[in-house]
Parts: sequence; structure tokens; C-alpha cells
Amino acid sequence: MADFVVTDQNFEAEVLKSETPVLVDFWAEWCQPCKIVSPIVEELAKEYAGKIKVGKMDVDENPQTAGNYGVMSIPTLMVFKNGQPVKTTIGAQGKDALKRMVDEALAG
Amino acid sequence: MYDVIIIGSGPAGLTASIYTTRANLKTLVIGGVKWGGQLMLTTLVENFPGFPEGIQGPDLMENMRKQAEHHGAELLLEDFTKGDFSKQPFTLFAGDKQFQAKTVIITSGADAKWLNVPGEKERIGRGVSSCATCDAMFFRNKNVFIVGGGDSAMEEALVLANVAASVTIIHRRDAFRASEIMQQRAKEHPKINFLFNSEITEIKGEGRVQSALVKNIETGEVKEMPVDGIFVAIGHIPNTKVFEGIELDEQGYIKVRDHYHTNVPGVFTAGDVHDRSYRQAVTAAGFGCAAALETERWLAMQGKEAEFTAN
Repeated sequence: MADFVVTDQNFEAEVLKSETPVLVDFWAEWCQPCKIVSPIVEELAKEYAGKIKVGKMDVDENPQTAGNYGVMSIPTLMVFKNGQPVKTTIGAQGKDALKRMVDEALAG
Repeated sequence: MYDVIIIGSGPAGLTASIYTTRANLKTLVIGGVKWGGQLMLTTLVENFPGFPEGIQGPDLMENMRKQAEHHGAELLLEDFTKGDFSKQPFTLFAGDKQFQAKTVIITSGADAKWLNVPGEKERIGRGVSSCATCDAMFFRNKNVFIVGGGDSAMEEALVLANVAASVTIIHRRDAFRASEIMQQRAKEHPKINFLFNSEITEIKGEGRVQSALVKNIETGEVKEMPVDGIFVAIGHIPNTKVFEGIELDEQGYIKVRDHYHTNVPGVFTAGDVHDRSYRQAVTAAGFGCAAALETERWLAMQGKEAEFTAN
């Protein structure tokens, strides 16, 4: 399981003010490519436990945050560090590509 | 060592795997990270026989996958990266793994073609999309363009018309090539407008799509039109860049000879990666079946030759 569910309400406290970087998976129930990415994101949550928090955000229920960050296609994955989005990928990607993104975000 | 490795997991690849596994051939399907092919990005499929009310594209693929796995096909959800087709057994790479196979069936399909105009690439996922069923909800009460004139353009327009404020189909010619039934549905929809003899020459906007330059091909006049989303449905290009040593035609499709054989003995092909004419789920499935039967025959013949040499 991913660490937690991100909502418009808890976004500031759980993501922007988080001490550890946060990977947010923007998804929706009807999105087929999201179903490809979800299990990979859950594996990453396990592998990077302690280094990064992983949250899932349903864009149907939380349109405000998705809108604020210009999400117009899902799946979109964003890594937030110190309150800022530092990495973004759009569209389904393989595990290697996603690990690279997380590594770069952690290193940068 | 696999008897058959199938590259691709659309209707062609999965159908081929159902036939090869049922023929007792050890089969691996390199399905790709995004398995299932183009049907995974569609909604209701109304022309696949056996489903009188139609079936959702992703459900159809889920069913094919279950059927393939039920018969013993292994499905690997990694992208094929390269293959050595110069000697047998063939060596194939996917993710960080390496596999060997006596035969290969290439069913890697085709991907959406983009417009290739300035301002497009950096706005893919920021207003530029090739998948209305994926991204339509981000365009609620917004104005969108669809580029194209085939069935998929009509389908995208109809999906978007459910949520968007207005939908304009932009097409280079003065008539669509979509089927009559799809054209009629689009034309009868009150929210869908048409712009014929026109093409987009540039996409503009701050960080996202805000406008497009639209050129009238007959008069040469260029207008800047405000728009929030641009959906591209102008066809597909075959996924053949990674197959070194496999002969392609001038448009990049795999060249077929003598019923689904490629130029390399033991390497077969099926589906949109070689088919420029039909491109239907049901034809892809049919080609997949035929390629599997050819593969089976070829392996049987190799076996006989080996026996003959041994004696």
C-alpha cells in the first residue's frame, strides 16, 4: 500500500510541510494507464521507506490541487521537496524510469 | 529457452500466445510496461464479434490476457529493448533481463502520431493529448480541438463533447474518412463543430495550451484561435525502431513475405506493426492466430530437418 491518501485538505500539512520528500501519484478510477503505474508506485513506497513518503491523490475528488499544479493528464507523478515540486513525469512509465526520477529528486 | 517469444500484448500478441500455448509451445509474451496496446485507451468497442452490446476496450484486453495466462502464457510487463536476430536461438532483452527463443513473433503494434508542429512536444500532458478517454475530465467546460478525420477523431470528439464546453474537429481535407455511423454521430452532436481544409501550424501558451495557429489550406490565411486542449487523432506509426536486422518498408512497417514471415527465418509478425490497411482489433487478432500457426509449422519443420540430419 502507498503510505497515505492525499486530499485537497491535507495537501499542505502532509506534502508541502513534510520533512521528507513526497511522491504524489495523481490518479483516477477511470484511468487505465494509472492502473499500470499504481503497483509500481506501491513497490517504490516499500523500497524507499524512510527516504520518501508516497501519497495517492484522486483527481476526481481533489480537483483543486491537481488544478493548482497544472495536472492535465494522468497518471502524473510529482516529487515535492521542501514545499516545491522538483520532478514531474506524465504518462505511464516503467519502474526503472520512476526509480531514476526519485533518485534524481532525492539527490538534487 | 522459449519455443516462442511474442513481443507485444495487444490483440495480435495475446491471440498468438493463446494459439502457441495450446500447441504446447513454451511461450513468453514481452508485454511492455503499458501492456494491452491501443485498446487500453479506448472506450466501447462495438465491432468485435461476440459482444452484441459492445465491450469496453480495456475489459476486452483483460479477458484476452486472462485467456492467454490460463493456457500457460507468461506475460512480462517490461519494455522490449533490443534483440539479436542474426543467429539462432534469438536473444532478446527486456528491462534488465535476457531471454532466448527458437522463434519470435513481433506484434509491437503502433503508437499515436503527433502533429510535429512548434509548441506541441513541450505541452504533451499540458493540454496536448492523444487520449480523450484518459484526459477528457481535465477539460470540463473548456474549449478543445480535435485534429483528424477518421473514426478515432470522431470517437475522441464524442467523448470530449460529454464534458467540454465546445469541441472543434479540425481536418486537412474537405471530407472525413471516418465511417458513416461515426460521422453521423459527431455531426448530430450540438457541441461539435467542424473546420475543414485546415491545419494547426503552431501551439502556444504559458506552460499549457492557450491558443493555436490554424491555417486555412485553401486560402493560406492563418488565424490565432484560443483553445484549452488539443487532441491529436491523425493516425499511428508502427513501433519498429528497435528491431535491428528486420526488414521494413519505406514507411517503417515490417515487410511481410509468404504469410507473416519476416526476412529472418523464424521471426514472424502480426497486427498493426505490419498491417497498414485494416488496423482493427479483430484483424489484429486474426493475424496473431495466423502467425502463431505459421510459427508452429515452422518449428515442426525444423524438428523434422534435425531428425533427418541426425539419421
